[in-house]
Amino acid sequence: MSEIERHSYDVVVIGAGGAGLRAAIEARARGKRTAIISKSLLGKAHTVMAEGGCAASMGNVNSNDNWMVHFRDTMRGGKFFNNWRMAELHAKEAPDRVWELETYGALFDRTKDGKISQRNFGGHTYPRLAHVGDRTGLELIRTLQQKIVSLQQEDFKATGDYESNIKVFHECTITDLLKTDGVISGAFGYWRGTGGFILFEAPAVVLATGGIGKLFKTTTNSWEYTGDGHALALRAGATLINMEFIQFHPTAMVWPPSVKGILVTESVRGDGGVLTNSEGKRFMFDYIPDVFKEQYATTAEESDRWYTDPDNNRRPPELLPRDEVARAINSEVKAGRGSPHGGVFLDVSSRMPAEVILKKLPSMYHQFKVLADVDITKEPMQVGPTCHYVMGGVEVEPDTASSNISGLFAAGEVAGGMHGSNRLGGNSLSDLLVFGRRAGLGAANYVDGLGARPAVNEADARAAETRALLPFKNEGGENAYTVHLELQQTMNDLVGIIRKGEEIELALKKLEDLAIRTRQVVVEGHREFNPGWHLALDLRNMLLVSMCVAKAALERVESRGGHTRDDYPVMDSDWRHVLLVLSARGEDDVRLRRQEQVPMRPDLLDLFELDELKKYYTGEELGGHRAGTAGESDTA
Amino acid sequence: MSYIAHFRVWRGDSNKGELVDYNVEVNEGEVVLDVIHRLQQTQTGDLAVRWNCKAGKCGSCGAEINGRPRLMCMTRMSIFDKSEALTVTPMRTFPVIRDLVTDVEFNYQKAREIPAFAPPAGVAPGEYRMEQVDVERSQEFRKCIECYLCQNVCHVVRDHEENKPAFAGPRFLMRIAELDMHPLDAADRKRAAQEEHGLGYCNITKCCTEVCPEHIKITDNALIPLKERVVDRKYDPLVWLGSKIFKRTPANA
Repeated sequence: MSEIERHSYDVVVIGAGGAGLRAAIEARARGKRTAIISKSLLGKAHTVMAEGGCAASMGNVNSNDNWMVHFRDTMRGGKFFNNWRMAELHAKEAPDRVWELETYGALFDRTKDGKISQRNFGGHTYPRLAHVGDRTGLELIRTLQQKIVSLQQEDFKATGDYESNIKVFHECTITDLLKTDGVISGAFGYWRGTGGFILFEAPAVVLATGGIGKLFKTTTNSWEYTGDGHALALRAGATLINMEFIQFHPTAMVWPPSVKGILVTESVRGDGGVLTNSEGKRFMFDYIPDVFKEQYATTAEESDRWYTDPDNNRRPPELLPRDEVARAINSEVKAGRGSPHGGVFLDVSSRMPAEVILKKLPSMYHQFKVLADVDITKEPMQVGPTCHYVMGGVEVEPDTASSNISGLFAAGEVAGGMHGSNRLGGNSLSDLLVFGRRAGLGAANYVDGLGARPAVNEADARAAETRALLPFKNEGGENAYTVHLELQQTMNDLVGIIRKGEEIELALKKLEDLAIRTRQVVVEGHREFNPGWHLALDLRNMLLVSMCVAKAALERVESRGGHTRDDYPVMDSDWRHVLLVLSARGEDDVRLRRQEQVPMRPDLLDLFELDELKKYYTGEELGGHRAGTAGESDTA
Repeated sequence: MSYIAHFRVWRGDSNKGELVDYNVEVNEGEVVLDVIHRLQQTQTGDLAVRWNCKAGKCGSCGAEINGRPRLMCMTRMSIFDKSEALTVTPMRTFPVIRDLVTDVEFNYQKAREIPAFAPPAGVAPGEYRMEQVDVERSQEFRKCIECYLCQNVCHVVRDHEENKPAFAGPRFLMRIAELDMHPLDAADRKRAAQEEHGLGYCNITKCCTEVCPEHIKITDNALIPLKERVVDRKYDPLVWLGSKIFKRTPANA
């Protein structure tokens, strides 16, 4: 056994995207010595890919906006399945979190009167997304990164050491969380560069590891998105919720094959882009679901008027929530009305002058020009749905971001509940700021309230080491790439955007087989920066999380948001209040149980009209509404 | 449409290494990173390469392709002659960790040495007001994805290890320009740009601008204007007089 490098911190944040960095800033601001652990280099996390913007009801463009409108939009987008307390905190705190970024040096696009500009996006009633062209995520992560640097500069002045209170461990992967007497005591991992092992002794761990996109073949997500946080949480005894809900972003590139899945920002539609099929028809008018009939235009004329007069016209159906648009595109392609490369057409070239396109969508122009030889100022793009985001994640206490394991917190995509069954575009960046901060705060308070610190059990660290080295000891198995490709194909084909019971059952059988093959994966070569080894370890996480997705998808016999069952196509009110909770059973299996959602606080329920709530709720759930007994007799 | 390409990939670590030949399939529309990934998947599972987004947004996959610094994810195979060997080597200015992965810690150190944004006194969060036209200059520089290709190509440090301590490199001199042009930044950064971060080493050969995958006009819009601001300050008679009379030290000292 080799020597294990050791560090001691108050708070260890796993993940260096927006949520992780914001959590670390908060923990450090509360006087906690904080470590940030990043699988990649600092500044490269997936947050950088966010394009459209960060939703916050600042009301800079339309003064009618406020937190209540944002809250309502978020709940509608999630089909009233959201954890309402998270949605409330999110809507209330998002403006402060965005304004705070300006004090860190962020430079958002401006309105004419010098405020932060806000753009339209799917499901948002008013222009709400703070943005910088179509590279908002880059601005956000760079701003947070630079804030960390500024804190390090303060520490340098005080102590002579930049890293005395906050240190980034780049290219370092955590493979196990360590517990002592049932509470978090540390984390174990390896340096990707050297392959050396590293142990963090810490009473509080914040998971901010993002999503699970690499379970699927076609995804907007980078290699890092292997569900590490989801799996670490499960193995530590925490629970996951909502894992059946996966967001397939409606518009990603479909050609050439090597770029299939790369995101085409929703801003293209927010700024006026339209979707058409091979017959030249703007097909989204045919796909407005009943629950949204009041809010969306039914003619091209009204849609077009909305861009200049949003108060007197309804919004274009291209701006329906993402789940609706993704399903519509899928149906058009299936019906034989797709584009030559198997998507549909998304056009801005006939909608706005070339110079406006270049100004508003510079990176989309660049991306299509370089990667597909398509000039989007002259011709339409071809786009189709791709795995983008997981609504499900660690079950947390909304105010503190704490999981059910003492000392373990989660924020951002790895946390579940906030977005219900479907996330609105722009609510991700605001989510990670709001709950990143809350997780940092929650962890700091937890550490403050702690008596003696739990000591790491040496045997656990050695067991983690043995487990990590297993792929080097195996003989006769396959390489990790082969097994991973098969896992992705399985999930894509059988637990993808449209699901059927028998297909999910088949997927679960295949996953059992893949679990055996994953345990036997063989790695060639050395421990220094060996991507084959890294993938072998990530593969275990992907497998466990795949089981969660498949089991929950099989259990939920209705269609809602990011879970569409071909055999149960209708949204069922009796399922709205049922959470599917997953926990680990051994190394590579999970168990599922049902749990009732906490009913919404009456003052929040009263923010909606009873008629709208009836579309989602069962009659007996609505007794507390302000419409009172009238409501009850209506539904009886 | 598919063909077999001849790749020569640098394999090794900080001690030694060599170009290794591979014949590998290339399909329509692919970029260099796709081919490197195919090598990993089919021929050499331990080939080290750094990448993330595969869409030109994160700046992780910089390397030298036939000697030119590029992002592997944004370099289409179709720009190369099918019959010629394609040579892929790690960025030369930074120490190799393994294969195509280099140690870019130099850049993180330099980032830490640039004083952070100084918020204006007395302006509360939410009260910041800036005109679009005024933020645009700095916004251009904030497009930077920190791929460090400019740092890699800059002749001041490319083959001159001895210059590294005194020179922040184009990326971080541009960061100073960005902050100096920020409408609400409260610090004065001009003296430090010259005296602490080595702006004077830059003799505007524009190599950095040429390799920038974001097409930021680093030299014309950041470095030259910053040089002009430094000069304006240095030779401004009022500033000179003021500093003598009030014994004022520069704001950044």
